[in-house]
Amino acid sequence: MTQLTDLTLAGARDALRAGETTAAELTDAHLTAIEGAGALNAFVHHTPDIACDQAKAADARIKAGDAPAMCGIPIGVKDLFCTKGVASQAGSRILEGFKPEYESTITSQLFDAGAVMLGKLNMDEFAMGSSNETSTYGNAVNPWKAGNSDAALTPGGSSGGSAAAVAARLCLAALGTDTGGSIRQPAAFTGITGIKPTYGRCSRWGVVAFASSLDQAGPMTRNVRDAAIMLTAMSGHDPKDSTSADLAVPDFEAMLTGDIKGQTIGIPKEYRMDGMPEEIEALWQNGIAMLRDAGADIRDISLPHTKYALPAYYVIAPAEASSNLARYDGVRFGHRADIGQGDGITEMYEKTRAEGFGDEVQRRVMVGTYVLSAGFYDAYYNRARKVRTLIKKDFESVFADGIDAILTPATPSAAFELGANFSPIEMYLNDVFTVTVNLAGLPGVAVPTGQNARGLPLGLQLIGKPWQEGELLNVAQCLEDRAGFVAQPSKWW
Amino acid sequence: MSIDKETARRVAKLARIAVPEDRLDPLATEFNAILGFIEQLQEVDVTGVEPMVSVTPQRLKRRADVVTDGGQPQAVLANAPDAREGFFAVPKVVE
Repeated sequence: MTQLTDLTLAGARDALRAGETTAAELTDAHLTAIEGAGALNAFVHHTPDIACDQAKAADARIKAGDAPAMCGIPIGVKDLFCTKGVASQAGSRILEGFKPEYESTITSQLFDAGAVMLGKLNMDEFAMGSSNETSTYGNAVNPWKAGNSDAALTPGGSSGGSAAAVAARLCLAALGTDTGGSIRQPAAFTGITGIKPTYGRCSRWGVVAFASSLDQAGPMTRNVRDAAIMLTAMSGHDPKDSTSADLAVPDFEAMLTGDIKGQTIGIPKEYRMDGMPEEIEALWQNGIAMLRDAGADIRDISLPHTKYALPAYYVIAPAEASSNLARYDGVRFGHRADIGQGDGITEMYEKTRAEGFGDEVQRRVMVGTYVLSAGFYDAYYNRARKVRTLIKKDFESVFADGIDAILTPATPSAAFELGANFSPIEMYLNDVFTVTVNLAGLPGVAVPTGQNARGLPLGLQLIGKPWQEGELLNVAQCLEDRAGFVAQPSKWW
Repeated sequence: MSIDKETARRVAKLARIAVPEDRLDPLATEFNAILGFIEQLQEVDVTGVEPMVSVTPQRLKRRADVVTDGGQPQAVLANAPDAREGFFAVPKVVE
């Protein structure tokens, strides 16, 4: 048998059911891998005791013949998820010491299915960032290196720790969340698969809120099949999240037929950006050829409001964040600043938030406060919400015209160096291809399909119709089959 | 639209974030860069367009108006920076 950490989720499930390995062995192998991977700074809170207990329970279930797909599978959990009795800081200093008294719905569902939690994963503070550099834990590091260079690269963000951990084989799969591209961009930067489901597919209850109308959790895995398996286990209606959809959850894995003959794939001309690197254009053309080879019809389409997605996002997301993050005031949980003689409660709030929030979070909270303030609400916030309506209509029109899925690049570049010192706007441009999907509430998946000249992974994005994650993953499977992406980072950590 | 130092001060106050005096000017510059980027939205013709309220068309579910949870003051207070006698404790708010 291959090394246990090299198994896919599906492979591990089958090996567990066949009695070829145990959850305890799988868990041990991954805990050892994590111990040796401190340099990646992917796992920031380790939970080996919980993992061993869960593995033991999983083995008992498997022995009893009661083994759901996730039973005994070691996973990592983004620090944004509240996990009972385990530090859950959203990568922020302001939640230092916070140990939730409750379990998020998604982690509850996964644990009920027998999944094993190895620990919590690094991320940008409150999921605000595209490089994992805004984390209070320091940077997570990409296991990939560019050519012969020794420079440390970003794993992307905000789910940077999740991406690094899955790519470096520290866990079989990880939970991520995606508000503007935070699953898909890091997946593309690390050569793994990540899907953001339709808004409402997975419960947001117990997931620290950034921008509630955009946030959605999803799996990050080493292939499409694994994503389908984990997404099935994560999805479903939750009475505790009023925006979660009361819809039946199909067995997404069973929908991976690999047959997309006669489907129509749209290629949006607005995603061909000025100054886009040649390697991204080539990657895209290759992907088009792969889907054509799989029997799909390829059609050029137009999504005319694409250009306005990022500006609309940078009104709506900070506006919602400024409201959501108002709860961090030093009263009920987390950090409270020491206050001076004569300071009242306002000074306590102001000092607590100044100490607890990092620069990017402060910037976004203040931008959000500004766009919602009297006199600017209509000019910024309402206008952005109208533009959002138009962006969603763009997608509805092409779907009504017979498009089944849309193929785009996942990111405008390969992973870049940590410490590259981009301006906020330059950093925001990372999400240029992914953010439209959040604004329209659609499912989107990033699949690794190639490498650039320096050997770094590159990914394509597929965008699907609402609630059609199964159909979307099936197209992604076709891409994966034809791309044959098998490269792995060489271990240096 | 341009943000000056005084607007930056006001926004920081509204957001309840203490910003030192010497950070206000750089902050105003950062805001202006971001607002300049957002300004593109003014080009879009939004006549007759409804602002989005819900991205997926669905009726919010209703549930029976009954207590479903509660009675756990210790769990509620467990993470408080300062809790006394079953309450959150804060600095004096009235003289």
